[in-house]
Amino acid sequence: MIAETGLAALWLAAGLAALQFLFMFVELRGSVALARPMRSIAVAQGLLTMIAFAMLLIVFARSDMSVKLVFENSSAVKPFVYKVAGAWGNHEGSMLMWVTILAAAGAFVALFSRRTSERTLVAALGAQAALALGFYAFLLIASNPFARLWPAPMDGQGLNPLLQDPGLAFHPPTLYLGYVGLSVAFSLAVGALLTGEVDSRLARAMRPWVLGAWILLTLGITAGSYWAYYELGWGGYWFWDPVENASLMPWLAATALLHSINVLAARGALKAWTMMLAVIAFSMSMVGTFLVRSGILTSVHAFAIDPQRGTFLLALLAIYVGAAFLLFAWRGATLKEGAPFELVSRESGLVVNNLLLSVVLGVVFVGTLYPLFVEAVSGEKLSVGAPYFNAVAGPLALVLAALVGIGPLLAWRRKGRPIVKQLQVPALLGIVALVITIIISPAMHILPRLGFMVGTYLLAASILPLLRRNPLRAPLATWGMVVAHFGIAVALLGMAANAAFTSERLAVARPGEILTVGPWQVQLQEVTPTAGKNWTAVEAELHASRGSGVVTLKPQSRYFTDPPTETSESAIRTFWNGQLYTVVGKPDPSGGWQLRLWWKPFVTLIWAGGALIALGGALAMLGRLWPILRRRESAADWRRQRYA
Amino acid sequence: MKPKNQRLVLVGAASVAVLVAVLLAMWGLRNQASYFYTPADIAAGKAHEGEAMRLGGMVERGSIRRAADGVTIRFTVTDGKATTPVLFRGIVPDLFREGTGAVAEGRLERGTFVADTILAKHDERYMPPELGNLAAEHKAGKTLEK
Repeated sequence: MIAETGLAALWLAAGLAALQFLFMFVELRGSVALARPMRSIAVAQGLLTMIAFAMLLIVFARSDMSVKLVFENSSAVKPFVYKVAGAWGNHEGSMLMWVTILAAAGAFVALFSRRTSERTLVAALGAQAALALGFYAFLLIASNPFARLWPAPMDGQGLNPLLQDPGLAFHPPTLYLGYVGLSVAFSLAVGALLTGEVDSRLARAMRPWVLGAWILLTLGITAGSYWAYYELGWGGYWFWDPVENASLMPWLAATALLHSINVLAARGALKAWTMMLAVIAFSMSMVGTFLVRSGILTSVHAFAIDPQRGTFLLALLAIYVGAAFLLFAWRGATLKEGAPFELVSRESGLVVNNLLLSVVLGVVFVGTLYPLFVEAVSGEKLSVGAPYFNAVAGPLALVLAALVGIGPLLAWRRKGRPIVKQLQVPALLGIVALVITIIISPAMHILPRLGFMVGTYLLAASILPLLRRNPLRAPLATWGMVVAHFGIAVALLGMAANAAFTSERLAVARPGEILTVGPWQVQLQEVTPTAGKNWTAVEAELHASRGSGVVTLKPQSRYFTDPPTETSESAIRTFWNGQLYTVVGKPDPSGGWQLRLWWKPFVTLIWAGGALIALGGALAMLGRLWPILRRRESAADWRRQRYA
Repeated sequence: MKPKNQRLVLVGAASVAVLVAVLLAMWGLRNQASYFYTPADIAAGKAHEGEAMRLGGMVERGSIRRAADGVTIRFTVTDGKATTPVLFRGIVPDLFREGTGAVAEGRLERGTFVADTILAKHDERYMPPELGNLAAEHKAGKTLEK
């Protein structure tokens, strides 16, 4: 019954979405006041998808093997958390989660958005319904999550053990919230293009969504990077895997949008530009979903190998992106010109930021899709990996990071105070860092060397906007910007340190033997068998020391029974100045074990930087929302007093 | 600047950005894309020595040999038509076994494929698309043998 309830809720939600879409046309043509019923429909649609998703969680939690999806992706003997998380660790479940978030976001807009005009809101809700409709069709026609099996099997086939990790419990949901948060920016842009009301009010309505989505994408990418780092046991934090690029591309577009939306909100400039970015940002989310969900990639994440689904998703992508671009071409030119600004001004600084981010986005986009394109056209197979992305996107990112120090010092609209003087100290620090790298490591590659230079400079330059006035009086949004920019510098330094100073040791060791890696002496004590709820493993006990004190690390090589798979569980120890990373491999006929050891100085700065960037976003969000909440509260107080 | 001119400049800047992205990407792809080859391609001389590439095929049964240091292995990869010797230093992926599909990244050095990375299929159900056809052919061949 539970699965059927979920399916029924999904059909009803699809029906309501169709109704909502139709209402939009009626409303935009005539003057029938449908805004109010439309808000209610959007809310009901959101609630119904949440019910459907809750039903899916229940069948997974109860290991109801009569549901095909549970049978294929779960097993009665795995830990409860992974049973529930398994609900979205597969194709159908994750698509249901996607559409649930989409509809819930629509409901949220319908409930709380008061900033745009009613006409624009109605158009935006219609656009959101059109988006949801396509994904409902996709779920109900090509990937029904509630299909039954008869007769019901005794036990399921299990979940990919790589995915049985706390990382899975929140990594995809975070990314999806980010992806789908951008759908609201898309719908608002489409709505505003339809009604022609592209102004600073619209930008203010759109901004919290873009900011929220961007924070979640930042967190999702940072967490995903750390997950790959410790779970895959390769010691790398970013592989330029297409699935990673699928989350990076919406982030790049959202970052550009986040900056240009501030220009639209504050100055009423860059109208068409911002609408274009809003369309591109969500298009990138859909491209990402298509890449991951269609199964056309060689990757851990691509578990749906089914051409029908790929074609369906591609068709949806083409329809939505095509329609949005057509609308843009039709309406974009009729938008009024924005407010003018001079060549050297905050606005043009942000334009340069947008241009550079767009170039990086283009480079990543082409590199990610080129192999698919070539294979489709000529049948030839090739792969584009780290060498391409590092060589092309790396220098661009460094230029961008250097400009991050300058942009916030520029004044709105016209040339302000001279900025060269303010940047003297940061620039000097950067040069000192460069000289130090040349002295201590003459053989260092050029990119990490420049990374140290730009990172050090930006560390100092990013806090300049706070020093111009009393830092405690500065608005929260300014604090947010400074913290995020500071985070970029921190992450950059972490990447440079990791690239320049990592030491690696790979060898076979017998119990008692000592291996050296960086400043560490690592002794293999013993290797013992051990077991968990649904796995068995061999566990190595390592004692590591550098001078004083001994730390113990216990890397494992795990064997899962259903499905039969082996994984390496790395053991990582974090110190203030880096991480010791250990992996145990296969036994050797001589009685030893393969060990792989890394000493990675300051590698943690990479994720600390990512966290700071997200924190900066959160501060900015708080700064933008606080006044509204306070105003609402005081208005409510006022009303209460009046009627009391 | 007049608003009208400003719009023109912005449109121009955006077009230049797109153009730059495409040119950069093309330049990068010409130098850095690595092609996927099978042992038959290598036997036919399609791959050049020293160029970054991927090699895909089945790990031949009985071909894995360990060197004395315990972390270097040699094996041969086959696609049923030809074989290529592979040298790899590192911990092989968990699912790397004889008789299963694998993709190696690296370069050819004097006829031997020196691998930097080996990718094996990630779980029992998963097969890299590049190897999908190969595996099917392999199976068909075996059925014929029987």
